Amino acid sequence: MHKIWLIIQREYTTRVKNKRFLLVTFLMPLLIIGLIFGSAYLSTTGTEHRKIAVIDPNGFIKTSLKNTNQIEFLFPENIDTNNYSQKGFTDILILPQFEKNSKTDYILRSKKSMGLMLQNSISEKINTAIEDQMLQDAGIHQNVLDSIHKASQFAELKAYEDKGENTSKESNAGLAMGIGYASGFLIYITLFIYGTMVMRGVMEEKTNRIAEVIISSVKPFELMLGKIIGIGAVGLTQFAMWIILITSLTSVGMGLLPADLQHQVTALQQNNGQMGSVGMVQASESAMRIYNMQHTIATANWPLILSCFVFYFLGGYLFYSALFAAVGSVVNEDPQDAQSLTFPITMPIIFSYLITNMVTQNPNTPLAFWASMIPFSSPMVMMARIAYGVPSAVSYWELALSMAILIVGFLFTTWLSGKIYRTGILMYGKKVNWKTMIKWAFTKQS
Amino acid sequence: MDPIVSLQHLKKYYATQKAVDDISFDIQKGSIFGLLGPNGAGKTTLLRMITGIFYPDEGNIILDGQPFNPSKDIAKIGYMPEERGMYKKMKIGEQALYLAQLKGLSKADATEKIKYWFSKLEMETWWNKKVEDLSKGMSQKLQFVITVLHEPKLIILDEPFSGLDPVNANLIKDEIFGLAKNGSTIIFSTHRMEQVEEICDHIVLVNLGKKILDGTVQEIKQKYKENIFSIETDQIDSITENPIFSIIKKEGQKVFVKINEGNNSNQVLGHLINNNNRIIAYNEVLPSLNDIFIKLVETTHATTRAFQNL
Repeated sequence: MHKIWLIIQREYTTRVKNKRFLLVTFLMPLLIIGLIFGSAYLSTTGTEHRKIAVIDPNGFIKTSLKNTNQIEFLFPENIDTNNYSQKGFTDILILPQFEKNSKTDYILRSKKSMGLMLQNSISEKINTAIEDQMLQDAGIHQNVLDSIHKASQFAELKAYEDKGENTSKESNAGLAMGIGYASGFLIYITLFIYGTMVMRGVMEEKTNRIAEVIISSVKPFELMLGKIIGIGAVGLTQFAMWIILITSLTSVGMGLLPADLQHQVTALQQNNGQMGSVGMVQASESAMRIYNMQHTIATANWPLILSCFVFYFLGGYLFYSALFAAVGSVVNEDPQDAQSLTFPITMPIIFSYLITNMVTQNPNTPLAFWASMIPFSSPMVMMARIAYGVPSAVSYWELALSMAILIVGFLFTTWLSGKIYRTGILMYGKKVNWKTMIKWAFTKQS
Repeated sequence: MDPIVSLQHLKKYYATQKAVDDISFDIQKGSIFGLLGPNGAGKTTLLRMITGIFYPDEGNIILDGQPFNPSKDIAKIGYMPEERGMYKKMKIGEQALYLAQLKGLSKADATEKIKYWFSKLEMETWWNKKVEDLSKGMSQKLQFVITVLHEPKLIILDEPFSGLDPVNANLIKDEIFGLAKNGSTIIFSTHRMEQVEEICDHIVLVNLGKKILDGTVQEIKQKYKENIFSIETDQIDSITENPIFSIIKKEGQKVFVKINEGNNSNQVLGHLINNNNRIIAYNEVLPSLNDIFIKLVETTHATTRAFQNL
């Protein structure tokens, strides 16, 4: 046992002290946060501005087409498809004479083609304008219409999980999907990163020929296990650092917000989302948004999700890294060999990731159930399902069974790989395929 | 004296060949033992069984009077494999410390011993260097230190001098003699015969997985001598063919003769004296181990082993 501990220590410290590890650990959260804030920033400022000339024979459109900061509708005189760009317009929109109950086309011409989102928004605006006109023709007053529009923006679907005994918990499908997707993706990426790290470590020891020196001191299995555990600990360290960094960076970011905004957010938190007390100013839109975000994030069962994440990361890592170690042990100097031998290991990882993408939208299909039981895919798929809540989406027995199968699974792959590894690590110059590896694993060797 | 290692009918078969096929021999405590054989003879497999890396299919290994128990006896053995290996990116001091601890030394103990050996072999400045900065000969020296660091009773060296310049080779050779004098037993695997003659007390020759020769260097030379003598004289032309001996070759002032069956060396000398040949020197020529090696290996008809189906 003492010797495995020495090996774990070496594997861990040489990697954690490595400059590349520190770089990735510190830059990754910055990159992620930068990406989130950056894209949010770009989406508010960096949009193009369209100035659209409208030719409208009907007359009513002019009053009901509403400008936004992206699209500006103008109704100039003497404009046509030949001169609109000379007159400073980006597009020209030609509307026909509308007739009741008949479908007509309208034409948009642009010098620069328009994105799908923008096109949809224009067509929606025109349809709303027509709809409003028809409602007014039918005798509904403009004031009534406005109040109807306003009311429809206030309705929002709130889903609750029933927990029995009159308690229920607010649930949020969007958040669940996000968490499921993010954790599935993280596990997917880390399986690749740390799996290949194990494989490369084994290959290094083999091609350096140090394996033989070490194996005269420790059992091959101990060397393999020490490496797998050591690198797994590196992975956990990295996750822990990321979580600490991201939470502290966000709280620092929150601290940088203007003071009155922070007050409003705290007030919202105390009053359950209402600015109840008399005399207080109305909460600003951004305070409301921050409060909503925090409120939504709080609906997830974080302790459960984090502990399941750690379990499934470790389980999946142990399951696959043992196989990667086995491949590393049979590869000779040629990295091409490694590529063709890892193919049967990487395929199920990629498939599981694809299944995970489906499961994030539909956590309770038979596919989701089976994929969350089979240890090849359960680390990713089960995380996607857990995000929807335990026991509402995944019952306790399903979770327990999936975990048990994964534990049995990685014990099996470790045992199997140990047998391949023991033969492979001292075998030089012979090209090995999966068939011979399986043969080594299942024939009695001493 | 009791042998430190005793191999009894060891067998190790691979799928396509009998790597070690019923080999037995003893190694005496404190001796320098040479394990010889052409490439692919089964030397490495044999050594890997003695170091506990492989288990024999059949047969026993007795170490120090007890059946060999790899997990317990590892600390008694130091093994330097033919293909030297180190972590290229790891600092030399840390690496030596790590490997010594894997052999069961405590950290303090290991540090002290590494410092002792490093200063003995003038390697003190290496501690914070990396292996990739070392030349081949230097890393060889480091590997030797790592092998003997934990004061093993049994030191197994597979081709220890390959890649060393004469100065460093002598340095290591002296260390090997020193270790043997202090009671360590050294197993020495090589196919460089001149080193074997110089260093080894006892040798075993294996080929095709079988032992074909076992004994001290002197015994073996006596056994395989071919009654060849060299006669040094200044009248080289007056020595001619006769019934007592036949001339093999003449070289400068020396004549090499082979004594014919039924005669002995005194009769040769008598014949020369009777003929009034002036003799400056008269010596028996023993075969070199190299000659014996080549002769024995060639008679077994295969220097490189063909794969066979079992």
